Amino acid sequence: MASVQLLYFAWVRDRVGKSAETAILPTEVRDVRGVLAWLQSRDPVFATMAGEGRTIRVAINQEFAGPDDPVGAGDEIALFPPVTGG
Amino acid sequence: MATVRVQEAPFDVAAEMAALTAASPGVGGIGCFVGIVRPDRRTDGRSLQALTLEHYPGMTERSIGAIAAEAEQRFELAGCTVLHRIGRLGIGEGIVLVLAAAPHRGHALDATAFLIDWLKTRAPFWKRQDYDDGGSDWVEARAADDEAAVRWS
Repeated sequence: MASVQLLYFAWVRDRVGKSAETAILPTEVRDVRGVLAWLQSRDPVFATMAGEGRTIRVAINQEFAGPDDPVGAGDEIALFPPVTGG
Repeated sequence: MATVRVQEAPFDVAAEMAALTAASPGVGGIGCFVGIVRPDRRTDGRSLQALTLEHYPGMTERSIGAIAAEAEQRFELAGCTVLHRIGRLGIGEGIVLVLAAAPHRGHALDATAFLIDWLKTRAPFWKRQDYDDGGSDWVEARAADDEAAVRWS
């Protein structure tokens, strides 16, 4: 059981309805792909976004991460749309 | 040495230029890009009132600092300045300022383009368009970018 901090930005935050939460990852969730699948199974909002084919970017401890990147206890996991700055 | 700031306050291009010049030994030219909130061209009759810029505190400064340092090395810069605003910005206001100081113009111009391209595709900022009718929507990223993407599936 790994305790992690989840952060949400832009329209992901609007849809989830909060900007941050502490969550306990199930032991079988060990990478970014697993986190996304777990969020979808836990919360209909994530399942809905998935159904719409929305692209979500993930950063682990403030570095962009891909599907196979590992996650573990104490990590800061941020979920957000593709960036549109500049 | 790069100057990197994320701020709500407007920036003063002339003052930033002067500060960079003073801090950059051997400078022969400064490349400059200023991003400005433009009036939105929409077909649905609504008009843009403002942009609201959001960022990821912590990651933003760290990631811009890293890319500014890379630009300084890669283009042999004497120094550079990257300022990005957050919060609510009206039409005509500056959003982003990139200054790159180098001994010669080629490196100054190339570094400026490199930095703004990177900010557009890799820095954790998001723009929300706020309309005169009270509605708003988030700006969608342009299709072709090479980030590691995670799609819901």
